[in-house]
Amino acid sequence: MSLVPGFIKGLGVTFKTMTTRAVTVQYPRQKETPPNRSRMVIALSDENCTVCMLCARECPDWCIYIEGHNDLAPPRREGGKPRKANVLDRFDIDYSLCMYCGICVEVCPFDALFWSPEYEYSEVNIADLLHDKDRLVDWLQTVPEALGLEAGAEAKKGAK
Amino acid sequence: MTVTETASEWQKASYIAGQAADARVNVELETEGMTLNIGPQHPATHGTLRIVVRLDGEQVLWADPVPGYMHRGYEKLCEVRKYLQINTLVNRIDWLGSFANEVPYILATEQLMGIEAPTRAQYIRTVLFELSRIANITLFLGDMGVQLGAITPVFYAFRDREHVLNLIEGATGSRFHPNYNRIGGLKDDLPKGWIADVHAVMDRVRHFCDEMEELLLGNEIFSTRCRGIGVIPAAVALDYGMSGANLRASGVDWDLRRDDTSSPLAWKHADWKVWTHPDGDSFARYWVRLQETREASKIIDQLLDGLPSGPIMAKVPRIIKVPEGEAYVQTENPLGVMGYYVVSRGDLGPFRVKIRSASFNNVSICPWILRGVYVPDIITILASLYFILGDIDR
Amino acid sequence: MSLLALSYTWTTVIKVGVVAAMTLVGPLIFVYVFLFKMMSHMQSRLGPMEAGPHGTLQPVVEAIKFLQKEDIFPERADRLVFAAAPFVVLASTFLLYAVVPAGPRLVVENLNTGVFFAMAVSSISVIGILMAGWASANKYSLIGGLRSAGQLIAYELPMILAVVGVVIQAGSLSLQDIVHSQADGSMFGWSGIGNPFIITQFIGFIIFLIAAQAELTQTPFDMPVAESELVAGYMTEYTGIRFLIFFISEFGTAFAFAALASTLFLGGWYIPGVHGTAADVLGPIALMAKIMVLGFLIFWIRFTYPRFREDQLQRIAWKVLIPISLANIVITSILKVAL
Repeated sequence: MSLVPGFIKGLGVTFKTMTTRAVTVQYPRQKETPPNRSRMVIALSDENCTVCMLCARECPDWCIYIEGHNDLAPPRREGGKPRKANVLDRFDIDYSLCMYCGICVEVCPFDALFWSPEYEYSEVNIADLLHDKDRLVDWLQTVPEALGLEAGAEAKKGAK
Repeated sequence: MTVTETASEWQKASYIAGQAADARVNVELETEGMTLNIGPQHPATHGTLRIVVRLDGEQVLWADPVPGYMHRGYEKLCEVRKYLQINTLVNRIDWLGSFANEVPYILATEQLMGIEAPTRAQYIRTVLFELSRIANITLFLGDMGVQLGAITPVFYAFRDREHVLNLIEGATGSRFHPNYNRIGGLKDDLPKGWIADVHAVMDRVRHFCDEMEELLLGNEIFSTRCRGIGVIPAAVALDYGMSGANLRASGVDWDLRRDDTSSPLAWKHADWKVWTHPDGDSFARYWVRLQETREASKIIDQLLDGLPSGPIMAKVPRIIKVPEGEAYVQTENPLGVMGYYVVSRGDLGPFRVKIRSASFNNVSICPWILRGVYVPDIITILASLYFILGDIDR
Repeated sequence: MSLLALSYTWTTVIKVGVVAAMTLVGPLIFVYVFLFKMMSHMQSRLGPMEAGPHGTLQPVVEAIKFLQKEDIFPERADRLVFAAAPFVVLASTFLLYAVVPAGPRLVVENLNTGVFFAMAVSSISVIGILMAGWASANKYSLIGGLRSAGQLIAYELPMILAVVGVVIQAGSLSLQDIVHSQADGSMFGWSGIGNPFIITQFIGFIIFLIAAQAELTQTPFDMPVAESELVAGYMTEYTGIRFLIFFISEFGTAFAFAALASTLFLGGWYIPGVHGTAADVLGPIALMAKIMVLGFLIFWIRFTYPRFREDQLQRIAWKVLIPISLANIVITSILKVAL
């Protein structure tokens, strides 16, 4: 036990904090950069999407709406038969429902969904949080390159 | 005083005289009790817990906690979700230490499937588990001050907890709801430079603990407010099924991190100490949590220094179907023992998940402990029991 | 106020205007400097930064915010008492400013019983608080009001007893005379800085500060408004302008008590070597500096400590502070007679 009584030490702590710099980040003017892995918004790469509906099915609260139709694509080789292809008509994510769990990004077998650390998309009207296909594709520009892993990590096979 | 068969005439006479005097006083000073609803919306219940107290002046005659205002039906939801989807749901039970909620559930599922995650994954799980413990308990360390009237500690708690949350975000991608565990391992390995950040933050956490010790724990007013308030003897604590720091503050040396030797998590690889306190009062509960935060920071430092290399994912089938069976796994979560009883019938999702969360048991002692205390002590005791509403109501 | 030959009516109007202005300006300064900025920096944050440079206009903005809020009366409230309560509390603050001297001639009303008057009017607020607590028809308000009444009465006594020591030493109840006796006094023959009573009446000063802290219901004596258990105590049901008035009078009283304490113990407006008209100009500045130092002390303690329980703080008042202050009076009077 030290000789200084506790109530004086306490005053010392607050006084010392007063003389040090405040940690406040004044948000709209200063911004903190979120970590590379931050799960803030989902970006869609619509060329990769095959309308397989896996993401919509695995989503725990079913906030992904997908519609598509079959179409004929030009044949791969000349003279061949036209291929069957799925065309994406609608891909909406309702961010007012999304729990940001990341299951959709993970289950996607064709790398069509990505996480982006972009967070400034709050809306006045809750209905505007339903991002349609174009908006989701726009997010694709903000997707960062994945950083390296900590020492001792094994590289993933067939890395995503 | 009671009248017994063997009591002497004098004793009987004095008993009757005493009763008569009491009756006279009661007639002259007839007072009326007051029923006070603390909550469901009240600053002290940090959430929607309602406590009905009957007051005589400022003294509590009886108290009755009424939980359930935030019941979200997790056990029922678990019956209609797949295994991975449940993982993201159980995050939200104790929202301050959310990573720790996933671990026992995932362990139970892994046990059902007969899979064990690789050592590296277990180490990282343990590290994140302890990080979420720090994120959870630092808030308690500050919040206790707010409940007792000192507003400054909670800001320090938020300030330093921020760094811990940033670490969790850096590794998992989400500050509050990581959803980082997978059956058989983890979603991803740690990003580069993370371990160095953790060591720096752990120093901050220890500094924060020192600050709290000087600002709050060492304060004479704090100890007069907390010492001897809400004393829970060890036997009563065990009878009510309390766990975690609340139990250790009553002198019961029981910590699943150390005592559950079959747990695959990596606590056994670190050198740390389980702190207990013999008093069982609010002060002891605060003290034990403060020491626990320090221990947690030590565990994290040690585990990261000895982090083995290797894969983070065991071989797991692509479509997860859990064989029939049942498993119960419990771990020492920030708030106390949390357990998941998972019953599978071989489907894509479990047949039934029973969640044992710590706060519900910890708060169930309220009627016993709040009897006869003063109104300010209700707040002290509730704050020191430290519950998270989501953990009570699920 | 003899330099201006004005009629009684006009002097009264000017005096009331000055006091009213101080009742507003004092709290504004305290709220900005201590509540907004000092507290924020002690908690490692910046506090309001948007309104004006470094948020200087924030207190004004807050006042305007409260003014435009709806004035809600609880359904079962005693309307007249509920509406009147804040003004009773404000009246107590308002009257306190009337007697504190800011210079040799700068005093609104130089009562020859100034200390007595100040102590008397500061107790009026108890009535207002009880009225608020009772009329709100709210259980939290009621508990808060009763706690507050008990606390204010308990701490009124040590405060008055602490002041008695000063009064004995100065030999006057007039605040102006107390300042003069501090200015003219000497310490062991050295009269360089006069004889501020903080040196001889140090115990009285400490007791006065503790009692003032309790009178202001600041932490560690803020049980009546304990936000974590009683929501806001007797103010729970108040909104808009009535809450604002409670708020102003809380900080206004803090300012007034700091002024009183600096007058009683720190020499008030007196600056060594400054006399006459110069003292009238520099006096208020000196007083303000002392007020800020004491205000810093009051709020530093407020933002650092947890609060006592009601029974504990009653025990401190009756079992510790009152005996010590009585002993202080006895010793002071013995020394006064002996020397």
